[in-house]
Amino acid sequence: MANIIDELNRERLKTDLPQFGVGDTVRIHVKVTEGTRERIQAFEGVCMRRRGGRGGANQTNFTVRKISHGIGLERTFLLHSPQIDRIEVLRRGKVRRAQLYYLRGLVGKAARIRDRGFR
Amino acid sequence: MTSVFDEAGQVVPVTVIQAGPCWVTQLKTQDADGYNAVQLGFEESRRLKSAERGHTAKAGTPMLRHLREWRVADPADFQLGQRLDVSMFNPGERVAVVGTSKGKGFQGVVKRHGFAGGPKTHGQSDRHRAPGSIGSGTTPGRVLKGLRMAGRMGNERVTVKNLEVVRADPARNILLVRGAVPGPRESLVMVSKGTRNG
Repeated sequence: MANIIDELNRERLKTDLPQFGVGDTVRIHVKVTEGTRERIQAFEGVCMRRRGGRGGANQTNFTVRKISHGIGLERTFLLHSPQIDRIEVLRRGKVRRAQLYYLRGLVGKAARIRDRGFR
Repeated sequence: MTSVFDEAGQVVPVTVIQAGPCWVTQLKTQDADGYNAVQLGFEESRRLKSAERGHTAKAGTPMLRHLREWRVADPADFQLGQRLDVSMFNPGERVAVVGTSKGKGFQGVVKRHGFAGGPKTHGQSDRHRAPGSIGSGTTPGRVLKGLRMAGRMGNERVTVKNLEVVRADPARNILLVRGAVPGPRESLVMVSKGTRNG
């Protein structure tokens, strides 16, 4: 039975996902349904945490933080959600934490993240 | 349990049930048995007692480990030895699931019956999870029968009605049902069409 659940979980994993981690700046293309019409909206910001990923890994989620009109916005996505059309990695950041909760207390220049450069 | 996405991309919590294949092992009729029911067998096993071997051989089915009965209006709707699988279920349909709940052991009244327990403050000692009074005084001079007290909890037959079928996969014979189902993992459950069991 456990094998069948693993199988089911694996079936819905996406294979075309880019590698990205905490501290990276990403642009998420989200499918938005308005009535009958569907369009794609981008959400761009810093990935501040990733959770899950053990076991079937199908419940992996990540949170993206951005500043919109001076107000901090955090949005959590399921990595394998069909509502996500595409994920773009714009910048790789160098961070020393697994969760960047400290960004919440910082604004402007202080909230910058250093580039990681090539590795 | 796990979760799947629906067409709208929303997450749906589901329980995965290995639903069959089952075989009809016996038809019980009003005339012969006093009630109408159909007996289904599930899960092939080679370790059957000879009486059980005879029972399944009579029905012309493989040797089956688990036998369960469902009351039906007319057993003639089924045939002895007939094979049933998940193709009888369609997504969106409602089913009832019967299982045996997880045993909780000896539990107090707060967990077992939802009592509020005693006050947490104002000098209370040893009264936090106590049941309170269990009766009157000299009259009637005894504790009424059926009064809810501490005791064994769980490990009993539980029916969950009106569960939605999210997916039925005939290839693997698995049924995905929205929400939780009684009992531990890998436990035996009975699934009936319709919102009630029977």
